Amino acid sequence: MIKKFVIILITTLTLAVNVNAASDGELLLKKNEPSEVKDCFEKINRATFAFNQVLDGVIFKPVASAYRILPSPVKTGVSNSLDNLSNLVTIPNNILQGDFKQAGLNTGRFLINTTVGVLGLIDVAQHLGMSEYEKEDYGQSLAKAGVGPGCYIVLPVLGPSTARDTIASVGNFVGGDAWYNVTVKNDTHYFRDIDYYSSKVTAGIDFRAKNYDSIDNLEKNSIDFYASVKSLYLQDRQQKILNSKKVISTQDDSDWEEIDNK
Amino acid sequence: MKIKYIVLIFLLNLTLLVKAHSTAPDIFVQSTVNRASDILSNNLSKEEKISELKLIAKETVDIRGIGFYTLGSARNSLNEAQKKKYAELFEKYFLKSFSSRLAEYTNPEIDVMGKNVLNENYTIVNSLLKATNERPEIKIDWRIYTKDPNNPLIRDLIIEGLSLARTQKEEFQSILNSNDGNIEILFETLEKFSNE
Repeated sequence: MIKKFVIILITTLTLAVNVNAASDGELLLKKNEPSEVKDCFEKINRATFAFNQVLDGVIFKPVASAYRILPSPVKTGVSNSLDNLSNLVTIPNNILQGDFKQAGLNTGRFLINTTVGVLGLIDVAQHLGMSEYEKEDYGQSLAKAGVGPGCYIVLPVLGPSTARDTIASVGNFVGGDAWYNVTVKNDTHYFRDIDYYSSKVTAGIDFRAKNYDSIDNLEKNSIDFYASVKSLYLQDRQQKILNSKKVISTQDDSDWEEIDNK
Repeated sequence: MKIKYIVLIFLLNLTLLVKAHSTAPDIFVQSTVNRASDILSNNLSKEEKISELKLIAKETVDIRGIGFYTLGSARNSLNEAQKKKYAELFEKYFLKSFSSRLAEYTNPEIDVMGKNVLNENYTIVNSLLKATNERPEIKIDWRIYTKDPNNPLIRDLIIEGLSLARTQKEEFQSILNSNDGNIEILFETLEKFSNE
């Protein structure tokens, strides 16, 4: 049954990629424009957001605060090895997006860092001059295939997302994430379920620790923290989908122009 | 008389030279950052730092422009009295929010890395906030309004690709949407934040 689903998903995606091969950056930019994403379930989203804030205050923030005290090499090592694991989702998505060159580069990066870099703790590939690592996921692949974001959603514990990205994340659990396959899905005798779940929790703590001051600062100085987080999340997604830091130079300037001409 | 004349011309040239250089967007950003950094690393109380930072912001940021950008299309429905009130409220809100955000940092080290001239009105200045033991390196781009080349102004900060002006605009939009576009509620919210 799952196999069938995966085959249908891949076929649909491949067709969608071909159909939308002409989709250019501008169309992608417009489709994923933060102000265009509807907040269809705002009341529920705000309630979930409030719940997540409580959870953050009780669990994630204190743990992240303690994590920040660890020596820099330890934190860098943890961060590197999490990035290395994420290659297992990035590489299939490079392929789905037709970026075979990047898939090859990321495969090389993964092999080098897992072996020479001691299970990814050291980013040897970067020292060898390989390009900056850009994560890819199934949500980004669907977006590249022309699928719009749908409604904005706040998930319990996991935080901000969109309908498209939430549905796409199912791809990780139906064979699309080799790390999940060898830890949870299949009994390989080398890994256990806890390895997968602890890597996900650590990734959450690593993210919270890296953004500790920024999040606190934003919360303290926002008049609507929920709206600020939503805007930042959607801007970040838009940028990741476009694989470009150039959003700033292509964004709609009509508001500024209107002000300038007054 | 001749020496006086030479000195006068030399001083005049120097002034013009300094002025010409000080208005280049990248140099303008670096000098603004250095001024803020000096204040933050000085042995001043938090209140003193905030008041000094506010002075820098008033001089270097297009607060009024950002305010009306942030308001989005709602600005078109304001009457003159409301526009005046909004401009005042926004300035108070902005200065408080901006300075208290910055005052949390002690001696931030920011290096200007380059610039990208978008058109005659805008230049993006690229900079890097150096990593500390507690946070990684952060890319900060500055959107500089250069319509008057002698008086460049900051219009946006883009942190790791995320625009603060856009974020603020969507935050204000959310407040207006939740209150049937009632501008008075936004005024009250801004007032409350500034007076807290």
